[in-house]
Amino acid sequence: MIIEKERAELENKREFISKKEPLVSRENRKTVGHPIVENPRMTCRNVNVYYGDKHAIHDVTLDIGRNEVIAMIGPSGCGKSTFLRCLNRMNDTIDFCRVTGSISLDGKNIYDKDVDVVPLRAQVGMVFQKPNPFPKSIYENVAYGPKIHGLVQNRVETDEIVETSLKKAGLWEEVKDRLNQPGTSLSGGQQQRLCIARTIAVGPEVILMDEPCSALDPIATARIEDLIDELRGNFSIAIVTHSMQQASRVSQRTAYFHLGDLIEVGSTDQVFLNPLHQLTEDYVTGRFG
Amino acid sequence: MIETNIDIVKKGLGKRYRAEKRFRIYGVCAIAASLIFLAFLFISIGTNGYTAFQQTFIRLSIYFDPEILGDTTHRESLASANFPAIVKQSLLKMFPEVQSRGEKKQLTSLISSGASYYIRDMFVEDPNLIGNTVQVWIPADDDVDMLIKGHTERGVEEAERRLNNKQLGWIEKLERDGNIEKRFNTIFFTAGDSREPELAGIWGAASGSFFTMIVTLLLSFPIGVAAAIYLEEFAKKNRWTDIIEVNINNLAAVPSIVFGLLGLAVFLNFFGMPRSAPLVGGLVMTLMTLPVIIIASRAALKSVPPSIREAALGVGASQMQMVFHHVLPLALPGMLTGAIIGMARALGETAPLLMIGMVAFIVDVPSGFTDPATALPVQIFLWADSPERGFLEKTSAAIMVLLTFLIAMNALAVILRKKFEKRW
Repeated sequence: MIIEKERAELENKREFISKKEPLVSRENRKTVGHPIVENPRMTCRNVNVYYGDKHAIHDVTLDIGRNEVIAMIGPSGCGKSTFLRCLNRMNDTIDFCRVTGSISLDGKNIYDKDVDVVPLRAQVGMVFQKPNPFPKSIYENVAYGPKIHGLVQNRVETDEIVETSLKKAGLWEEVKDRLNQPGTSLSGGQQQRLCIARTIAVGPEVILMDEPCSALDPIATARIEDLIDELRGNFSIAIVTHSMQQASRVSQRTAYFHLGDLIEVGSTDQVFLNPLHQLTEDYVTGRFG
Repeated sequence: MIETNIDIVKKGLGKRYRAEKRFRIYGVCAIAASLIFLAFLFISIGTNGYTAFQQTFIRLSIYFDPEILGDTTHRESLASANFPAIVKQSLLKMFPEVQSRGEKKQLTSLISSGASYYIRDMFVEDPNLIGNTVQVWIPADDDVDMLIKGHTERGVEEAERRLNNKQLGWIEKLERDGNIEKRFNTIFFTAGDSREPELAGIWGAASGSFFTMIVTLLLSFPIGVAAAIYLEEFAKKNRWTDIIEVNINNLAAVPSIVFGLLGLAVFLNFFGMPRSAPLVGGLVMTLMTLPVIIIASRAALKSVPPSIREAALGVGASQMQMVFHHVLPLALPGMLTGAIIGMARALGETAPLLMIGMVAFIVDVPSGFTDPATALPVQIFLWADSPERGFLEKTSAAIMVLLTFLIAMNALAVILRKKFEKRW
């Protein structure tokens, strides 16, 4: 109901605004809007990604601010997931993937030779499209990250971090009596919140979410979205999503990708209500995508 | 009436279902054929071999005559003591009518030529027997054994029998007196090989196989799993790893006798390791089993879903932590299955062992990795090659023992897989 109402309002505003100024034409693939922010957490400059000979991401420049949720939207195959996976060097596992340009976390280029991916992934955590808890107990799932990084020394500390992480992920009340049951026994939405708990247990600065709700039903999705909103207080979050409604609900900034190009970046309201680029407008108005 | 789509569909249905039914019948036939052959195999081996688990024994009253044995206080003099004479004496006492030299010889040939060793062992265990008479069950000669078990006919011409009429008469007398009977064949399970079927056992070959398998398991499983993990998880995918992969696949298809020749050239001739030793057998089997284990382990590693790897890397696990904490536990059941199937194949392998001298006639039961030994399948091969009628049933019995081991190993593979399998 609410969504339909929102959409109606959106349509009204768009009709009103879109007549005002001419849009950037479809042929122009330069990024428009405001990709750069003040005091960013992560800065990406001229990032190019190649899969073998395929040029998957073209010259993307984008900042991720502190305590903000940035949504990355765009049609399938536009490179938004690829770009997201560059942010914690998840693409390292693909032998033929090559990244150029610079991606910095707090001013330090994460693609420098002397950067170790293990602590990097502790700082930039990731939540995947399909809930992927380890085939271990709920407790073990959350405790694993802190354990391997040596963040906890004894059982008491581990218990504490497991409890706070599960609480932050909004799962504590549902699982506190069955922490020893396998994580895979939970429902899909609970599994995804368990994965989020697992990620925040390590205490990252940035959380990357790759379509975290695409395998979930609307109620589980709503819970995750609420959770993302709460987490914004402590973390920077970059979320890739197929759903424009979701992007407009959870994010403050939105980046629109099209065939490997970053087309437009701006505040979420502006991108959805008053896009500057013709391609963005085509996508957000549902003309294609 | 116009023919609608549904009519066309219905018309074709009968043909479709007939095709399906035909296919099912083919499947049932195929399974039935293989089951029949399997049953045939088991029945023929079983009917040939079950008699080997029993052995004919003859009861003698042995008098430990101090005059014949002479000085028995020292171990050295015991070795030369005339135990065969004691056995002979007790036999002659049962048949006083036997006088001529030739007849005496025919009479003593009724009991196993190993009888005197049994008496000696008894005496060594209890030297107080001197001067006493004891009732002892002594294994009969294999010709008598075959007769009692009915494998040789009593009715045929004397010239075509291995036992003459006089001997048959003696045997009948023994039967009448209850001095001959079939008992459970412990010799078969405790003795090493022998030229005499009634004294031959599989324990020597089984121990040889056991030591060989221990060496194979200890070497091939860790090396194979380590190689598989490195190739699958750590090595960069490039031309070199492709070449290695192709070669491993080729190695798995190399005939086993070639591995035997390799073992002969490398382990015996170059490194100068002992001939006929389970250690060398195990090394050769390791070479043979390695590719099987590597291929099975790689397949098991590949089947671990990438989402688990991503999850581990995503929270900051190092490559090795990812492999050992998450991938390996999930891949282990498959690896174990591969290893056990590889081991089962190695257990049944004969050809490579021929090349490194494990085909020798070895009477002693091996007690270590460097003692001369033979293996179960080689023992089967040796017995199958022997002319004595008594070895026929031993061959089948040895096959039964080998098959029991193989089935036990495969069952273990299934149990281990069930036990360690995790769902995700």
